[in-house]
Amino acid sequence: MTNTGNIQKKSILKIKDLRKSFGDNHVLNGFNLELFEGENLVIMGKSGSGKSVMIKCLVGLMEPDSGSIHVLGKNLLNLNQLELDALRINIGFLFQGSALYDSMTVRENLEFPLRRHKNKFGNLKDTTPLVEETLKSVGLLKAIDLMPSELSGGMKRRIALARTLILKPKIILYDEPTSGLDPITSKEIIELMRRVQKQYNTSSLIITHDVDCARVISERMILLVDGVNYAEGTFKELEAYKDEKVRAFFK
Amino acid sequence: MSKSSLIKSFFIEIGELTYFALRFFRELISKPFELKALIKQCFAIGYKSLLLVSITGFIIGLVITLQTRPTLEEFGAESWMPSMVSISIIREIGPVIIALTFAGRIASGIGAELGSMRVTEQIDAMEVSGTNPFKFLVVTRVLAATLTLPILVIFGDAIALYGSYLIENIKGDVSFQLYFNKVFNSIAFGDIIPATIKTFFFGFAIGLVGCYKGYYCDKGTVGVGDAANSAVVFSSMLLFVLDFIAVFVTDLFFET
Ligand SMILES: Nc1ncnc2c1ncn2[C@@H]1O[C@H](COP(=O)(O)OP(=O)(O)O)[C@@H](O)[C@H]1O
Ligand SMILES: [Mg+2]
Repeated sequence: MTNTGNIQKKSILKIKDLRKSFGDNHVLNGFNLELFEGENLVIMGKSGSGKSVMIKCLVGLMEPDSGSIHVLGKNLLNLNQLELDALRINIGFLFQGSALYDSMTVRENLEFPLRRHKNKFGNLKDTTPLVEETLKSVGLLKAIDLMPSELSGGMKRRIALARTLILKPKIILYDEPTSGLDPITSKEIIELMRRVQKQYNTSSLIITHDVDCARVISERMILLVDGVNYAEGTFKELEAYKDEKVRAFFK
Repeated sequence: MSKSSLIKSFFIEIGELTYFALRFFRELISKPFELKALIKQCFAIGYKSLLLVSITGFIIGLVITLQTRPTLEEFGAESWMPSMVSISIIREIGPVIIALTFAGRIASGIGAELGSMRVTEQIDAMEVSGTNPFKFLVVTRVLAATLTLPILVIFGDAIALYGSYLIENIKGDVSFQLYFNKVFNSIAFGDIIPATIKTFFFGFAIGLVGCYKGYYCDKGTVGVGDAANSAVVFSSMLLFVLDFIAVFVTDLFFET
């Protein structure tokens, strides 16, 4: 890696030469990535460039055609279902559309994974304290008994974040955390992401095409163009690039 | 689509559905059980269909009796009405018609519900949190449909017979007691048992097809509608195939 500051840091997620095609649509053509403990890495790419496909490969929702993926020291592509599920508890995933369970209340949304991971959390008789504590950390304790349909877009995003946080993940993957939100709500979400990151001590991989989001939150960035890492560096470094495809992101 | 590719895609679909059914049985016997969700589904599916089944059953009873009566009268055989009507309702008409309305209500409902969960990535979200969406969503719904349809059919049959009695009472002055005495004298276990067994299979097929269509719903807005729609068409077709097999098998074992 070029960035000297990361040498002593531990690598917790590593993608090597990832390839994925849908028929003739070659989406990923040898993508590489390494995420270090405690950092915020932003992947930027145009819409349709394969960001969601890449991140879905990372949690085993999609199988890549070739390449390797190591998460927290495990080779993701060699795990059986049980091992994969155990690993997934440590990876939070915030979906582009929040993906709240719309037949359940906010409380039940948060309890859902909790009740099904007795190995990690024990046989919780009363999940309320943990649910309340987590909702408090995203500032939405008052929404505990609401249905998802009663929430605004920004609130949904917060609840979705709470639902991943409740499992105390080591890595959080954000798929366009600010898409579909107005600028002010976007800022609030970004603020929340930073706060949560400190409080829960997580590492984050953030996918976005929102320059403002990238500017505020990124410590390091990778530009995904044509299915490969086209350019890497800090926001400032990339902003100063002369290359046309890089400039297009910062216009 | 050409004829041959249509037939090919039909068999591919049957193959995939079989695979889906095998997965159902595999997940059914592995722990943990989603008992609470199962009870909730039984209630939702059974309760949702109750009114529909009552109305359908009642009308079946009225119509069959009104239609058959003139013919029997011609031969002076009105006294055969109760036994004739009850046998045809219990053996065939009740199970098939009620299962078809159930398919229209439940297969499409499940298809649309799971389809929209697929499209909005709720199923992916369950998977990513290390939980088992197949167990929580599919196993509970298929099981609930399998368990509730037989009960609904028995209930619908009873209402159909009551409807038939009303017509008999008005047109032929037959008392409640006489009517149902005749009914119970003419129907045997050989009518009820095979008819009930086949409704378990009907319920299973309806739940399975609804879940299969919803679980593998295409992304995009038309996907959910397609899933609901094809769930009804496919499960209704499957019902007739199963019914044919059931009648064939019953004929071998019970009619000698
Ligand atoms: N399940 C799928 N089947 C076929 N093509 C897909 C699938 N998922 C994504 N694609 C294609 O992959 C490309 C990248 O999609 P995606 O990763 O969602 O883009 P984005 O960078 O906006 O998140 C798109 O061209 C899309 O059509
Ligand atoms: Mg995307």
